[in-house]
Amino acid sequence: MVFLEALMLIFSSVSVGYKQTHHFQCFTKSQITHCLFISLHHFQARQDAAVDVYERLPVPFGLVRFGVAPDHPEVKNVINTFTQTAQHERCSFHGNVNVGKDVTIDELRQAYHAVVLSYGAEGNRSMGISGEDLPGVFSAKDFVGWYNGLPSNKELRPDLSCETAVILGQGNVALDVARILLAPVEMLKETDITQNALEALAGSKVRRVLIVGRRGPLQIACTIKELREMVNLPNTRADMLPADFEGIAEALKDLPRPRKRLTELMMKAAKEGGDDKAEKCWGFRFFRSPVEVIAGADGKRATGIRLALNKLEGSGESARAEVTGQLEDVDCGLIISSIGYKSIPIDPAVPFDPRRAIVPNEMGRVQDTAGLYCSGWVKRGPTGVIATTMNDSFDTARVLIQDMEAGKLDLSVNKPGAQAITALLQTRGVRTVLFSHWEKINAEEEKRGKFLGKPREKLLDVDEMLKIAWS
Amino acid sequence: MAASAAVRSAVSLTQRFVRVSPDCSICPLYRLNACTGATDGFTAPSRRLRTSIGVWQSGDSSSPEEEERVVNVVYIDRCGQRIPVQARAGENALHLAHKHGVDLEGACEASLACSTLCHVYVSSEHYEKLPEPEEREDDMLDMAPMLQENSRLGCQIVLTPELDGMELTLPKVTRNFYVDGHVPKPH
Repeated sequence: MVFLEALMLIFSSVSVGYKQTHHFQCFTKSQITHCLFISLHHFQARQDAAVDVYERLPVPFGLVRFGVAPDHPEVKNVINTFTQTAQHERCSFHGNVNVGKDVTIDELRQAYHAVVLSYGAEGNRSMGISGEDLPGVFSAKDFVGWYNGLPSNKELRPDLSCETAVILGQGNVALDVARILLAPVEMLKETDITQNALEALAGSKVRRVLIVGRRGPLQIACTIKELREMVNLPNTRADMLPADFEGIAEALKDLPRPRKRLTELMMKAAKEGGDDKAEKCWGFRFFRSPVEVIAGADGKRATGIRLALNKLEGSGESARAEVTGQLEDVDCGLIISSIGYKSIPIDPAVPFDPRRAIVPNEMGRVQDTAGLYCSGWVKRGPTGVIATTMNDSFDTARVLIQDMEAGKLDLSVNKPGAQAITALLQTRGVRTVLFSHWEKINAEEEKRGKFLGKPREKLLDVDEMLKIAWS
Repeated sequence: MAASAAVRSAVSLTQRFVRVSPDCSICPLYRLNACTGATDGFTAPSRRLRTSIGVWQSGDSSSPEEEERVVNVVYIDRCGQRIPVQARAGENALHLAHKHGVDLEGACEASLACSTLCHVYVSSEHYEKLPEPEEREDDMLDMAPMLQENSRLGCQIVLTPELDGMELTLPKVTRNFYVDGHVPKPH
């Protein structure tokens, strides 16, 4: 029997931003989830397929680990299932490999019959306004990475001594950030939020969070589940502007059910507000686009944000925001932009469309490149519901199997797979982290967490992770 | 959260590895000591959800009459094939589907965070007989593609004798390139 090194999946640990701020629905997605969906599909379909997964960080699971909010632990249970997949005899995990730097795509293509890129979208869209780089301004990607223990965000140290925080964007990520900023510490301290974030939030003076969107209530991108969590957040009340909701009640009856329920809940929150004695408040602000971050007198940090007021042209999902010329300044010391993610090119040998920030492809087959596939956000852009993305991984797997069966991949040639790559990496001084090594990191994190009454205390330092992995 | 759909699919795919009957040792609920031991349904772990399963079972006695409360259900799969099954009152429609190899996915820890996987259309005369969905089920249903008036989540449907003859139709998945006509291979 020809043992096929049939598939290799690459994913880099995307920081956060598993939810997108696109129009109708939001979802969570992690690269490992994606890869493992593909793997699962393959193992079922082809008894002769083996899958190797390459990941830049020493730890697997991508967004499930770094993107899902700490207070949504049930979502992370999927890690148990994916662990089983990774432990399948025909699947192997190789962490600590930076594809594009430690090994090239061409080298991988030589070692495998097929290569699948599913490395997601680790960049973020910038607001493109002056003052965006001032202290006090963060991307949601980095902020979430900070409280979720992404190593590259461990030094973020956001200053939480201001009263008001403004979040640009109204998708589920924006709501996650708002919720974490305002949640009672009692709620957070038994989660896997990092200890340093927990301590910073415990000392936070932030009492008011405004969640700002360019368009109106009918275009908001979050889903009702997340909105309901905000409405039910203890010791907070909702603070919205009645003017933002003009005409909305009349539009309700024609809305499709999901949009209708979401809008009704929003209007209820806007109308009822909540307990006046509540110390903290949050609210949506609609029809506003950021135009400038205002610096304090010393010019050294953000003290406010200037917003342009919009009017809406058209209606429904395709309504557009048009400028009116009016401006509004909001005092705030913390600005978080949550306006979407962007994939980045991984290797010059891989075609990349910079305008759409995806790898150009036809149904997952990378343009003009036999044996190379892409899946997930890097294939479609950081949009779509979870069903879309999950089905996308199945589609990619199906396409791959089709190509295998149609002879589009030359399976008659034996490919060396991980053996060759690991040897190559060794000559470059790169040692991989196997799944059994990750399990040591995992055990250590759980042990440290137990001491603190949390499910785990994540290691923040890559060197420390490696030391424990290879101990 | 929306994210939990990943959980949903993961557990269901695992269940498929294990074929038909659930293997407790791989279930996240079991491993987290959140399993209530109910084999006929799923109850929620930490989210303080009461599913209708829990309500039903608390009233369930083991009298002979209960044993005979057979409920006939017909699943209509994505190809339109009719799969009649016999169930007992108190069983959960998702679990029942798995028991009989019906391709109804469900990474169901009953956290009610997945909407697309165990989404079914209920025959209209039986839809009326189901208890109203909890708010959280409605929230999740909002995310189901091809939502219809008679949409429900299979994991929340508990069989009762008055549902005898109910037909549960699996929606065709549409959010991918294989819009209609494509049959997802059984996992």
